[in-house]
Amino acid sequence: MMDGSVNDMTAPVIECRSLWKVFGDRADEAMKAVLQDDLAKEEVLQRFGCVVGVRDASFSVREGEIFCIMGLSGSGKSTLIRHVNRLIEPTAGDVLIEGINIGELGSKALREVRASKIGMVFQNMGLMPHRTVRENVAFALEVRGMARTERFAIAERAIATVDLAGWEDRYPDELSGGMQQRVGLARAIAADPHILLMDEPFSALDPLIRRQLQTQFMELAAHMKKTTLFITHDLDEAIRIGDRIAVMKDGEFVQVGTPEQIVTEPADEYVADFVAGISKLHLVTAARIMEPLDAYQSRNGPIDLTGSLRARPDDLLNRLADLSIETDAPLAIEDDGKVIGVVTKKALIRGIQGRSRDDEGGLPNGG
Amino acid sequence: MADDKSFSLLDPFQTVDLGLADWADGIKGWATAHRSAIQPLKRAVNDAIMSIEHALQAVPPMIIIAILVLLAWQIGGRRVAIIVGVSLFALGLLDPTAWGLAMTTLAIVTSSVLVCIAIGLPLGILAAKSDRFQAAIRPVLDTMQTIPAFVYLVPVVMLVGIGNVSGVIVTIVFALPPLVRLTSLGIRGVDASVVEAARAYGANPLQILFKVELPLATPTIMAGVNQTIMLALSMVVIASMIAVKGLGNEVLRAMGRLDAGKAIVGGLGIVLLAIVLDRITQGVAQTGRERGHRHWWQGGPVGLIAKMFGR
Ligand SMILES: Nc1ncnc2c1ncn2[C@@H]1O[C@H](COP(=O)(O)OP(=O)(O)OP(=O)(O)O)[C@@H](O)[C@H]1O
Ligand SMILES: [Mg+2]
Repeated sequence: MMDGSVNDMTAPVIECRSLWKVFGDRADEAMKAVLQDDLAKEEVLQRFGCVVGVRDASFSVREGEIFCIMGLSGSGKSTLIRHVNRLIEPTAGDVLIEGINIGELGSKALREVRASKIGMVFQNMGLMPHRTVRENVAFALEVRGMARTERFAIAERAIATVDLAGWEDRYPDELSGGMQQRVGLARAIAADPHILLMDEPFSALDPLIRRQLQTQFMELAAHMKKTTLFITHDLDEAIRIGDRIAVMKDGEFVQVGTPEQIVTEPADEYVADFVAGISKLHLVTAARIMEPLDAYQSRNGPIDLTGSLRARPDDLLNRLADLSIETDAPLAIEDDGKVIGVVTKKALIRGIQGRSRDDEGGLPNGG
Repeated sequence: MADDKSFSLLDPFQTVDLGLADWADGIKGWATAHRSAIQPLKRAVNDAIMSIEHALQAVPPMIIIAILVLLAWQIGGRRVAIIVGVSLFALGLLDPTAWGLAMTTLAIVTSSVLVCIAIGLPLGILAAKSDRFQAAIRPVLDTMQTIPAFVYLVPVVMLVGIGNVSGVIVTIVFALPPLVRLTSLGIRGVDASVVEAARAYGANPLQILFKVELPLATPTIMAGVNQTIMLALSMVVIASMIAVKGLGNEVLRAMGRLDAGKAIVGGLGIVLLAIVLDRITQGVAQTGRERGHRHWWQGGPVGLIAKMFGR
């Protein structure tokens, strides 16, 4: 497993330490056997009738970070995120919220954490059909005993934040799916929690609305400085909004890294399959595909780059492609006024394809 | 072993006597012995029933009809109001005595149903929350519904004596089960994701019950109340055997005298009362939004008055 975390001073807001969840009556027994013999998910199911939901997951999310968890259906994403506010009790391992081990909290303290620190958005919305939009959004405040006028005023502000002003008195079933999900988002941010847990919030929506809500959410999260755990089965979505991505398979983290790391250095075939169809144009930088100047010159002899077009190491492939149309010469990659590398047309095209710089072949019959 | 009959493996039941009937007969003895202890309680309950009846008898029929029709209009809409009005008029026209008898029966049924709700709702909630309680109470409910009323009629009369209170008790035994069952069913049927969301936002179990589960289970629970009312009405003839007055008593007496006319008056009276109560309670189960207006006070007579005086 790779750790793509950036070392900085701030303490993690969410931290999971070797979290395990085994579902079933014989969970403890199964758990022991798994630890001893490293059984696979199917073997555990066969021998104990237990389902391994989460398998030794460890991660931490920094303040203000959007941490995406992605994986196929049944890989344990929902199970994992429900541990963060302890809707599910782990079989083993700890969850820390702002340094507090929530497994050790009493039920009252836990409810307080849920109501004030964590907002959650659900895949199936989970709106209350017998309450108006305003009453739904004010729910977390109501539960804490806030007075009616006060909580409704706050709820109305949250509703305006998600562009639903004017719909306060409607019932959820009078709203479209996208609007309902925005109500879910408003409910999550109404109590102004530090942490947002988003379980596939946009999966059920059509691509256009989804993109629109993604944008709205990213603006909101950046503006309000929320720390977010975001679950999706859509890699495009993960790449778009995630600062880091964890890829899950059979309850286990296969790879954790930045979107670029996941796409350019998939840890195994499962991840590689995921990223196969992903466009690299807006993800991969010049630094990753360029050939260092020394290496290039020692292969091809000295090169005169005075006339060639310049790019910076963190320019994306899309920009390199734009430049490359203008000239036949290799592009010079310049950092601090000094040329450090070269991107040839071949390297650029291979980069867009997601293959290595000097990958030969690909045409049938060697032609 | 007994001398006259020898034990046979093929028919062991002839020689084995566990004495169940004697034991049950013992209950009767116990009940008679403890009669005095519950007399004060009995008097209190009887007073409550009688005051309901006095109230119903004191108000003139036309005013009761007006109130019930307006109530039906508010709760169930115009169509229900018409059905209720016609049924009540028919009830009054059956026989000069029919209205008074019906009010007596209504008082007994109302008392029984109120007690059923007071007992059944908490039991149903408990059954929804605990699988073990649900499993334990199920055979009890089955028994209550299927055991012939005559079986518990005797011990109840021995303990409490004849009269309205025994009538209410006997009715409750028969009418309670559907309310417990449907309350449990309704709460268990509440969308788990909504309950989970409430939990995720820090609601405690009581808040979840009152703010989420009970409101969402209300249609099912009201169906249970409706069933309970219907079963309570169907018990009035049996209850009249232990000196409960009203329409049931009319049927019972007609049977004794083979008086078909009186039997029909009593029987039709019960049916008409059932229609009225059924329509009104079914209307409660339906929310106003299903009928096209947003709040209950925007429809029916209240909505009409509001519109007349509003703005
Ligand atoms: N309450 C439960 N009891 C038993 N097994 C469960 C329970 N909840 C989840 N599982 C199992 O845990 C595994 C992970 O389920 P989970 O819902 O976390 O998947 P997911 O990644 O969220 O999938 P999806 O994308 O479809 O939502 C599945 O194999 C599922 O069968
Ligand atoms: Mg899921």
